[in-house]
Amino acid sequence: MRTCLEINDLTKAFPGVLANDHVNLKVFEGEIHAVLGENGAGKSTLMKMIYGLYKPDAGMIRLFDQELHFSSPRQAIEAGIGMVHQHFMLIPELTVAENIVLGSETGKFHYRRKENEELVRKLSERYHLDIDPSVKVKDLTVGLQQRVEILKVFYRKARLLILDEPTAMLTPQEAVELFTVMDKLRSQGVPIIFISHKLEEVTKISDRITVMRAGRSVATLETKSTNPQELANLMVGHEVLLQVIKPPQAAGETILQVKNCVVSSGRVDKVKGCSFEVCRGEIFGIAGIDGNGQAELISAITGLGRIKSGRIIFKGQDISSFSVRQRIGAGIAYIPQDRQLDGLVMDFKLTENFILRDFAQKPYAKLGQFQRKVIEQHAARLAEDYDVRPRGIQSLARNLSGGNQQKVILAREVSRDADLLIAAQPTRGLDVGAIQFIHDKLLELRAKGKAILLVSLELDEIIALSDRIGVIHEGKLMDILPGGNVTKEELGLLMTGVALAKEG
Amino acid sequence: MIIEELAKPELWAATIAMATPIALPALGGTFSERSGVVNIAMEGIMLIGAFFGVLFSYLSNNPWIGLLGALVMGSLISLLFAWFTVNIGADQVIVGMGINIFAAGLTAFLLNTIFGYGGTPRETPALPNISLPVIKDIPFIGPIIGEQNSVVYMMLILVIVSHYFLFHTNLGLRIRAVGENPQAADTAGINVWRMRYLGVILGGMLSSLGGVYLSLGLLNSFEVNMSSGRGYIALAAMIFGKWTPFGSLGAALLFGFAMALSMVLQGTGISANIIQMLPYALTILALTGLVGRSTAPAADGVPYRPDGK
Amino acid sequence: MKKLVQGIITPLIAIGIAVMIGALGMILTGHDPLQAYSALFKGAFGSKVNFANTLANAVPLILSGLGIAVTFKAGLFNIGAEGQYWMGSMAAVWIGYSVTSLPPVLHVGLAFLVSMIVAGLWAGIIPGLTKALVGAHEVITTMMMSYIAIFLSHYMLEGGPMMAPGYTPQSPVILPTAELGILVERTQLSWGIIVALAAAVIVYWVIYKTTLGFRLRTVGLNPRAAKYAGINVSLHMVLALFISGALAGLAGAVQMLGVQHRLYDSFSSGYGYTAIVVALLANNNPIGVILAAIFFAALATGGQAMQIASGVPAHLTEMISGIIIFLVAAKELGSVFRHKPPLKHNLAENKGGMKV
Repeated sequence: MRTCLEINDLTKAFPGVLANDHVNLKVFEGEIHAVLGENGAGKSTLMKMIYGLYKPDAGMIRLFDQELHFSSPRQAIEAGIGMVHQHFMLIPELTVAENIVLGSETGKFHYRRKENEELVRKLSERYHLDIDPSVKVKDLTVGLQQRVEILKVFYRKARLLILDEPTAMLTPQEAVELFTVMDKLRSQGVPIIFISHKLEEVTKISDRITVMRAGRSVATLETKSTNPQELANLMVGHEVLLQVIKPPQAAGETILQVKNCVVSSGRVDKVKGCSFEVCRGEIFGIAGIDGNGQAELISAITGLGRIKSGRIIFKGQDISSFSVRQRIGAGIAYIPQDRQLDGLVMDFKLTENFILRDFAQKPYAKLGQFQRKVIEQHAARLAEDYDVRPRGIQSLARNLSGGNQQKVILAREVSRDADLLIAAQPTRGLDVGAIQFIHDKLLELRAKGKAILLVSLELDEIIALSDRIGVIHEGKLMDILPGGNVTKEELGLLMTGVALAKEG
Repeated sequence: MIIEELAKPELWAATIAMATPIALPALGGTFSERSGVVNIAMEGIMLIGAFFGVLFSYLSNNPWIGLLGALVMGSLISLLFAWFTVNIGADQVIVGMGINIFAAGLTAFLLNTIFGYGGTPRETPALPNISLPVIKDIPFIGPIIGEQNSVVYMMLILVIVSHYFLFHTNLGLRIRAVGENPQAADTAGINVWRMRYLGVILGGMLSSLGGVYLSLGLLNSFEVNMSSGRGYIALAAMIFGKWTPFGSLGAALLFGFAMALSMVLQGTGISANIIQMLPYALTILALTGLVGRSTAPAADGVPYRPDGK
Repeated sequence: MKKLVQGIITPLIAIGIAVMIGALGMILTGHDPLQAYSALFKGAFGSKVNFANTLANAVPLILSGLGIAVTFKAGLFNIGAEGQYWMGSMAAVWIGYSVTSLPPVLHVGLAFLVSMIVAGLWAGIIPGLTKALVGAHEVITTMMMSYIAIFLSHYMLEGGPMMAPGYTPQSPVILPTAELGILVERTQLSWGIIVALAAAVIVYWVIYKTTLGFRLRTVGLNPRAAKYAGINVSLHMVLALFISGALAGLAGAVQMLGVQHRLYDSFSSGYGYTAIVVALLANNNPIGVILAAIFFAALATGGQAMQIASGVPAHLTEMISGIIIFLVAAKELGSVFRHKPPLKHNLAENKGGMKV
């Protein structure tokens, strides 16, 4: 088999991060080669270098025995590299045909609309990717938009197709269709690099797998001769064994009731009638594939989004129409998923970030004026208790590492002594030590009789921590299972919409 | 009484004449903003065009060389604008303001330095009026568009050419793509910065031409701050015209009509000042969606760094 | 400490470079820059009278500049301070001549209050609400409102309800009870300078020491986090524009009651635009606004003296202002060369770009 793409010791550093550290990769003609790794493992950086968006600091890229030094995507395209990005690089205001031919239009000066549309029509027939070239992209579904992206690549006569997390935005049916397309392309001899962090997809479709971790390529394996457990271990770098000691504990009174909650985002209902309860002294986990309505559900409970119908009852009070401010006051703490975007003001000092949710309350402010001493003492105490480093309370949140930023949020929300803590992916992207710390804190709260609603994409985390687990799929709770003896397989089935056969 | 005035071709001829120095910079702004660079510098660039048009026309004793020189200077100042906004990624509104203040200072400074404090020389040649042979004899229509300044006809042609260029050429498609989603354009192999330079410089030349019309078309002299806010009205016209050439022309004609009407109505009890508020009020209404929603190009005002830096 | 040094050094470098470019321009046009600049300096600071007039010129700049700094802090760009200044001027003059039989302090206070409310609403209602409700870009709406205000003042004075008897388009003179006292004889320096300095201290206190300032800054730095913190983002955008307009209106009022004593017909006071430059050069620091305003006021007063003494056209100072804006706007010049990610600008803050 001929080598299509060869990458040797590719290295790229950003200020403070070594995004790619001597990465090696070899892709053969006619194979689907998966690049597997967690978010932040360096997959995107690698692909951007192959595509000429980033310039490597060191190392070599070779396409069909020809060494490449790209300084722009144009050169990468000319060399025959075609990339479908995770977030589509499409222009909604333009038509399908205009999007596809953009940058390589026919003719010299005049834009030949008919000719370009005809070209696209032929192209779509050849690859069985049905599409109307004259429609504006903003009027297409996500699945069809991805088709436009793939056609764009073939219009440029790609010799290598790179798919960056292609299923992230797709419905399951659309994903199945995509795999059929990939299969066909493989039989036509088109080499495909398939970037993903989803184990099941990778083992289903690929021929070989290169695993990336912390900016390095750690192994390349034949798909046939490996298994998900081995891949998972390679991805995470340590045995996936969470050291959680969770003493049994009886749940107390009900704190939060979500009743038939419907939440829409744009014109689509993202949460389609969810009902569940969270009690004191309990961790209620919500498991699900990303984008199945978790974010919308949380926004409805925290008040950041509005519910369309249903009710949310907190401590016996209907809070459905409460503002965020009122819900904070009522006793809801919240660790948002996106720390830098929602949870912190990056250009604020730690003192300010520590009071972000209570800044107008006594003792931090009296008659609208800040009490500097109180605020500083509070900040110093939290920084000490939660081991935030560096300890300086006057430093900006921007200058902290991700783990320490998360500690700031955790410290703030836990110290608020609220009755309910909502934690959305609280350990995402953190190192083992920080994860451990956060798990311990959540359990500590549970022991104190607080209610915790944990939303996570990490099944191990959900299983290890939760007393009960609600599985969400396409905006509906498939089932609520007791924690403890549930398996990942059971959860996995529910997460993909397959209901479990109830015994007895 | 207004009806009586509406029946007079002079009002409509004045409308076109008033619309020209708005339509040209509005067209310029359209190019710039379609490529993704917010341009409030039209006011200053017009002053540059107006001044250097007179200067070169006087020095060469040829108004056409004056026009050419104005276009070159307009391009140069746009080049400066583009460098700050595209390469440096500086705030486009702030740099635009800087251009306006700098250009006002520069033209006034040079006016006093080169021509002293008595104004520009009277013998400066102006751009000629053109009379269209058959058309000028048509009743009513003739007096309106049969004889206007050469720049007026240039403007009308440029509107059509700009429409063709933006919506029916490959280059136009690329400029629009860069203004909507520079990253998509970049990954399609389009040089984003080059397109933005193109948009800004074409925009500068058109704005400059608008200034030339003021100094060499309507008059043959330059006065301090003679653009007197037309660059900002042009901004309004561009928005009201939904970032399209024909839309800009339409809005400019509407605004020009308001100005012409306010002059005609002077001394009749209907306040010219109230009528002149209309363009600005209409623009706000357009932005709020009350009069046909105006939406800017998606990446308008967002600096782009190709290397993710 | 490092921040403080940077906050002073950067504007000084910008001023230095602009002044040198100005000198180059003078040399090219055959003037002596040293002589011209020393004339400018003497004209601005050379005597008690000159210095007082420079300070008097700085008063409206300080007040409008503070207003613009407040909106910048809240992530907004109020480009229409000029129009808000006019609204404030109209309101102050109207109160000044039409309300009779009030004791001096109350009369001035009432004029201040009304002009601040009028100008604040001018900025807050339409630009503020359209920004909050439909996302109309405040740069455009404040600019449009500015022109509407200017035409409104023309209307009022050219045969409108505020025109004084006679043929000159100007308002009646305000009553003596509404006048602000003069601090230095034979100059324009009134008690307005005390108002301006007090306003700077109050704005500083509000921005950095109160929960209101915290809300505004949070909205400016991260609207999503503001929402998460339970802050009503739309309300605070409106509020920031209101405060900004009120300060620009106060600038107009102080100018009317302290210096002009009546409203004249004019196309531009120029204060509203220079105030933007003031806020930029001061990096939105209220105390910096005082210094930057004095600097630009000195350019204006000294420029005239320079023209008379050395023949260099006073318009040179406008060029210098323009160059300073370029340099301040390009403050990331250095960081681009160091390959650091540039700070996001106010306009580019929301990913959707300029939603006008």
